[in-house]
Amino acid sequence: MLDAMIYALPFLMKGLWVTVLVSVLTVSISLCAGVLLGCGLVYGPLPLRLLVRLFSDTIRGIPILVLIFFVYYGFPAIGVDFAAFWAAVTALTLFKTAQVIEYLRGAVQSIPKGQTEAGMAIGLTFRERLTSVIFPQALRRFLPPWINGVTDAVKGSALVSLLGVTDLMHSINQVIGRTYEALPLYILGALIYFVINYTLSLLSRRLERRFSFTQA
Amino acid sequence: MGYDLNFAVVWRNFDKIWGGLLLSLELAVLSIAIGIVIGLALALAHVSGGRLVRGLIATYVETIRNVPLILLVYLVFYGLPQVVDIRYGATTSFVVTLSVYAGAYLVEVFRAGLEAIPGGLIDAGRALGLTPWQRFAHVRLPTMTRISLPALSNTFISLFKDTSIASVIAVPELTWGAQWINLNTFRIVEAYLIATAMYLFTGYVLLFLLRLLEWRFRVTRNA
Amino acid sequence: MTEPLLSIRGLRKSFGTTEVLKSIDLNVERGEVVSVIGPSGSGKTTLLRCVNFLESYEGGSIKIDGVEVGFAEGRRRRGERSLARMRAETGMVFQSFNLFPHLTAADNVMLGLRKVRGKSRDEARAIAEKWLDRVGLSQKADALPAELSGGQQQRVGIARAVAMEPKILLLDEITSALDPELVGEVLEVVRGLAAEGMTMLMVTHEIAFARDAADRIVFMFDGTVAAEGPPTELLAQVDDHPRLAAFLARFRASHF
Repeated sequence: MLDAMIYALPFLMKGLWVTVLVSVLTVSISLCAGVLLGCGLVYGPLPLRLLVRLFSDTIRGIPILVLIFFVYYGFPAIGVDFAAFWAAVTALTLFKTAQVIEYLRGAVQSIPKGQTEAGMAIGLTFRERLTSVIFPQALRRFLPPWINGVTDAVKGSALVSLLGVTDLMHSINQVIGRTYEALPLYILGALIYFVINYTLSLLSRRLERRFSFTQA
Repeated sequence: MGYDLNFAVVWRNFDKIWGGLLLSLELAVLSIAIGIVIGLALALAHVSGGRLVRGLIATYVETIRNVPLILLVYLVFYGLPQVVDIRYGATTSFVVTLSVYAGAYLVEVFRAGLEAIPGGLIDAGRALGLTPWQRFAHVRLPTMTRISLPALSNTFISLFKDTSIASVIAVPELTWGAQWINLNTFRIVEAYLIATAMYLFTGYVLLFLLRLLEWRFRVTRNA
Repeated sequence: MTEPLLSIRGLRKSFGTTEVLKSIDLNVERGEVVSVIGPSGSGKTTLLRCVNFLESYEGGSIKIDGVEVGFAEGRRRRGERSLARMRAETGMVFQSFNLFPHLTAADNVMLGLRKVRGKSRDEARAIAEKWLDRVGLSQKADALPAELSGGQQQRVGIARAVAMEPKILLLDEITSALDPELVGEVLEVVRGLAAEGMTMLMVTHEIAFARDAADRIVFMFDGTVAAEGPPTELLAQVDDHPRLAAFLARFRASHF
């Protein structure tokens, strides 16, 4: 059992690198897009709000796998040629963006209305309220669930192996294909994913405790 | 652009889609049923157990929640038979995996539900002279169920979407059906459009039905 | 005759199809303390919130120092900036305090001073410390709201509003959310401000306090001003005002 694991380790490390790359790309792009669209959802004009709502609900209403296949097979069909890697990142990013939009919406809408009113009462303009009152509180409500959500990106990245992208999951299956020792490899893989995600999850919980003073 | 939508091919093979959808629903229902049993049992054990029990349960929960589902599916289907003398089909293997997966999430749901029961209710039960078992059956369980219903609904809908992972071990559910049409007829966009539409539609129907259920069993009644 | 500081004429407001304010006339002179009392649903909080345009109004006018609050020339809604400037002239203290939880007590007071009054950090700090001292909380200047009791938070809320040197202070049931033993310390502060000549419009349940501290009591019922006058006069003539009598009777009954 242990020998199989040790043998596999270097190959898995290469795969892990791809997993990390995919995750980091997904998380960073979705953060920017999601925050922008999320603000559009909360503060924008009605047409924009409906559009973002539609986008978010649709993406979150289908399995990630279907989204990945749709992007991977669908885009070339309409003439956009994608390397598997980028198709995967695109699909995962779309998925995470929808999540980020929800986190943002939740963060901003959970701030009691009285905060906005107190800001108005001392004469702050909309922009001043946004920067001094809303944003600091929204940030503290956004970060813990968002960090926890990064684990979804990491777990979702395992699906890119189905497109032939040589991530951690793919490497595991590759090695198994050669050695036929499935269980030790899967356990090792589970361990690696666990370490990454559990750390993130703990961080998220620590932050949530630290920021709990804003939950009046 | 030059891609002409041709849905006729999809309709010819609609049995794969429809059959797949039904199987997905079956898988989800089975898994949540078993998951509820696991989750409830462990939640009760957690609340009344000692540190060792709580630690074991936490390990189970954290492991399942931090590992990709696809890896768990592979592990159960390909890995386990290598060490344990067990032989099962892909579908059974997937149900086992998804049930264990569901159980991990539901432990948290039920634990939160149990802890959310106002202490006053239990005191009232004691004051009435109910035995611990009676208190459990008539006070804690019904209250916890009503409190947990929204989270349970959300978990069920999530599970329904997670059944798509079964396609990787060739369980003929909805996603597998779409893949089949894709690979055998090259009608890529149509196949996935239909699959997307079915997931969305079913999701909304489920959501609607579950909200109805929640409303029927709601804890607060607004004036 | 000088114009009143706050002049409300024929104010009308509806929420949807329900008319909540049915043509209110009310004046508050400079330095006056006016207390608005009445049963729930009488519209008193809505009235207060119209004065700094937290609620819009459909008819009538609200003027502070002759300037219409919600609308610019020709009944056009005020723009964002202009509204903010108007609101800086009124101070509001809320029932649920609404302190900014991510800022210390001092920062809470300083925010308006720096962003709206344009004070430097040091100037703002000095002013904030002065007012926190005035409300008896100089020790707590660097505490977060979560570390303060309800009464302390409300006193910070008062300091935050008053530090802006508003023309009129609006108090929205500021002691209703407090434990009884904390009410006194807050009312003390308000008494002190009244003594120094702060113009105040206060909605309150504390009838005894209203009687003692207010120059005038306004009794609202079902969206109209049912009775008003100096406390002693009003309470003496209570037989002329049956609704007021009923309200006070219920009040006395529940407090003894």
